[in-house]
Amino acid sequence: MTAAIEISGITKRYGNVTALDGVSFRIEPGELFGLIGPDGAGKSSLYRILATLALPDSGSAKVCGLDVAADYRVLRTRIGYMPEKFSFYQDLTVTENLHFFASLFGVSVRENFPLIAPIFGQLEKFPDRKAGALSGGMKQKLALSCALIHRPEILLLDEPTTGVDAVSRSEFWEMLSQLTRSGITILVSTSYMDEATRCGRIAMINEGHILAVDSPAALAGSLGENLYNAVAPDMFGLLTQLRMMPDVIDCYTFGATLHLVAAPGFSPGETVAALTHSGLRDVRIYPAQGDIEDLFIKQIRDGK
Amino acid sequence: MSILQSLVKKEMLHIFRDRRTVTITLVMPLVLLLLFGFAISTEVNDVRVVAVVERHTDGSRAIIERLRANPYITFQGLTAPGDVDYLLRSGQTDAALFLREEGGRQSAQIMVDAANTTVAQASTAYLRSIIAGPGTVSPVLTNTLYNPQLNSAYNFVPGIMGMIFILICAIMTSVSIVSEKETGTMDLLLVSPVRPRAVILGKLIPYFLLSCVILAVMLTIAYTVLGLPVSSSIADVILLSLVYIVLSLSVGLLVSAIASTRLTALIVSAVVFMLPVIMLSGMIFPIDNMPEVLQWLSCVIPARWYTAAMRKLMIQELGLEYVVEELVILLSMTGVILLVALKKFNTRK
Repeated sequence: MTAAIEISGITKRYGNVTALDGVSFRIEPGELFGLIGPDGAGKSSLYRILATLALPDSGSAKVCGLDVAADYRVLRTRIGYMPEKFSFYQDLTVTENLHFFASLFGVSVRENFPLIAPIFGQLEKFPDRKAGALSGGMKQKLALSCALIHRPEILLLDEPTTGVDAVSRSEFWEMLSQLTRSGITILVSTSYMDEATRCGRIAMINEGHILAVDSPAALAGSLGENLYNAVAPDMFGLLTQLRMMPDVIDCYTFGATLHLVAAPGFSPGETVAALTHSGLRDVRIYPAQGDIEDLFIKQIRDGK
Repeated sequence: MSILQSLVKKEMLHIFRDRRTVTITLVMPLVLLLLFGFAISTEVNDVRVVAVVERHTDGSRAIIERLRANPYITFQGLTAPGDVDYLLRSGQTDAALFLREEGGRQSAQIMVDAANTTVAQASTAYLRSIIAGPGTVSPVLTNTLYNPQLNSAYNFVPGIMGMIFILICAIMTSVSIVSEKETGTMDLLLVSPVRPRAVILGKLIPYFLLSCVILAVMLTIAYTVLGLPVSSSIADVILLSLVYIVLSLSVGLLVSAIASTRLTALIVSAVVFMLPVIMLSGMIFPIDNMPEVLQWLSCVIPARWYTAAMRKLMIQELGLEYVVEELVILLSMTGVILLVALKKFNTRK
């Protein structure tokens, strides 16, 4: 079976900056595939190449079996692209935007409405509102509706959840799962590590390099590190103290706690005692379950 | 509905939703035209003159009489020789005329406030002719063709039109395209199956129509309020202006290909174009008086050719066959600029 997206050895430079460096991976049809990485990792550059807006300096990519450089004209009818910013016309109404984007692809809103109905549902209440006056979550739904209105086979979503509240974000991921069930392949990027678990498979990207590609669970399982949580009322004191200890490989803030990567000989009890001795009160250290973010930090640490 | 139609319709919605910009683009030409037509006139009216007469004679009385009767001169009366300096310094008068009689011959001296050289030159010329009087036969007969009253509105209308179109068209198209680049909607247009030339046409058509409205407004004002001579050349004037509008829109397109933010587009179109157009188009300063380098430079300013051709058509009321050179230059400029702009548009980087 041909891959939905096949990227082989793509390199892209902007002046002296190498945005993408030999990126390769493959996405199967019907996947909900996540591209996870911090800001500036090269996600948007990759999207621009896949969306036929930019050409790679070397390497090639095939989307729907079509080459992004050579067959871009045919390819454009088969992909739906949603750029980083919610891009639609702020001074046009919700309905005007939707009809305009449908007309660009020569389709009518009516014929493809069933596909976007679950997403567009909440927007139907104010069809005549200017798109610029919508809330963040509503803008996101409108942008997705506009990207979907021509029933693309592949949906390229570049950081669709940035600047959207937690409830809308959760709803949004629900919609993406529904869309993959209707046969659409989705490549979605995010800089929120916690969203990685919503994807079937993910690729971790940093500074233009792909660090790993696998399912979130497999990746988290592959961490293979001795990981502990550490908490104390004086978190900053705790962090500086722990970082100086010989059997602590790394220590970083993780939500409300510290994550501590321990060397093989590490003993939580002795460490707490040592910390208490040096003046820190109420220190607790207990085993932690690693996730994608820990893996990310490990990959970046190992890369150095 | 075809793709081009829906692109044009979308652009029209943008234009009409942005009431403030539409108002400015329609009112600005009106204001500029009226301002240059009436307020900024290079004719000198109302020269205030005092006279110092040593001894009244028939000759001096006749001169004073002519001073009083002249519509361009406000005669402020006779004064003592010692007061003249004070009156000129304090700005209470513009010129003083000293009349003497020496050995039966009338002699005159003119003292003029030359702080404003235009006023000084004009008042001196007026006074000379008044002193000479109708009795003496003037050896030079001046015949001002095409603009017998030397009405400055005649001179300014073509220049103003040349400036307004390049400004408004370049600003409108470049800002509207660059703002789509900024908001990211241009990317969406480009990843759609729509061809780039349809995107560009969808931008140019609405602004071309708006420019036609501006042209209609300006021509109406020029031929009615400012009283330019109405003749059969109006059709040629419109034709030439339409070519110039397309040229100006292409300039805007080129700006949008270079600029990446609305602010840059605005600065490039407004500041970078405005000065050369005002200075080098011959609108205010005659091109023949410029240093040679600037004369060459003025050749690349489209407004120069448009203004020159419009003067021939509107004021001299000549036919299209007299502006072939200008028309060909404007058309080739349009072609070149459009070609470069199209090439720069949608290059996949």
